Amino acid sequence: MLIGKVVGSVVATRKDEKIEGRKLLVVQVHNHRNQPVDQYIVAVDSVQAGSGDMVLFATGSSARQTETTEGRPVDAVIMAIVDSWDLGGANVYEKWQRA
Amino acid sequence: MYLARVTGRLVASHKYKGLEGVALQWIQPLDERGEPQGQALVAAAAISSGPGDLVHFVDGREGALACPVTFVPVDAAIIGFVEQAAIGDTLLDREPKRG
Amino acid sequence: MFLADVIGTVVSPVQIPILDGKKLLVLRVLFPDGRPSGKTRIGIDSVQAGVGDRVLVLDEGNGGRQILGDPKGAVKTIVVGVVDSIELHGRFTYGVNAQPTSPAPAKGAKSR
Repeated sequence: MLIGKVVGSVVATRKDEKIEGRKLLVVQVHNHRNQPVDQYIVAVDSVQAGSGDMVLFATGSSARQTETTEGRPVDAVIMAIVDSWDLGGANVYEKWQRA
Repeated sequence: MYLARVTGRLVASHKYKGLEGVALQWIQPLDERGEPQGQALVAAAAISSGPGDLVHFVDGREGALACPVTFVPVDAAIIGFVEQAAIGDTLLDREPKRG
Repeated sequence: MFLADVIGTVVSPVQIPILDGKKLLVLRVLFPDGRPSGKTRIGIDSVQAGVGDRVLVLDEGNGGRQILGDPKGAVKTIVVGVVDSIELHGRFTYGVNAQPTSPAPAKGAKSR
């Protein structure tokens, strides 16, 4: 899985009927040091994520292993909202950081 | 399947159902010399690994099969510790090199 | 499937149950002409391959699970054959008939 920040959403009126009613979010990938990289994906949401959330997404056939995406033409799914992570003992990202 | 070093832990309290209790960890895939190969990623831990450990992991839908609930959107899973990898004259040990 | 050289072994005392008793090999992934592609993989041995062998590797879960006989196994990369020879564009690039001359010697190719 990779992480990324939800930076937008996609609305498509005309699309395959199997993905009707699915929320499509634009995610900008971040690397493990929490630096944004120049890579964006459109993923179906399965965990009620929203704009600005740091999320974890799965790709490939694994992305079809949710109730929202099973048997549907989907290759990326948001499967967790990230609270925090650390690298080598040092905290890198904290969702509830005080301003 | 690939060699990798666990580099960190990731906390996500809001995950797709079925993933509760599954540890998520940052891993850096390694090449035959123990050098980083490609992008760091997040994997579900099917064993009790932790930061610093040398492990092997599987990608793709097989990652989900290593989880307690197998119908989950997981595309990478840590499936074993590597106590030692003998590659030609090089030995990779479970603990990272010090200094 | 892809071709690879077996360059090492992995000792793994704790792993998921399906891998217990299986030999894990470090694989250097190759192009058909024998040049390394720069990738390293870990594969499960199913043909008694060893360090120095050039092997054929299956990298697909369903076929892998059939070989190991477990429909739920989290396995993907399996060594399914030891290569005797490789013919590429009418020329043997690996094996007893290897012609390691023009245009360029295939690195790692050796006759056995």
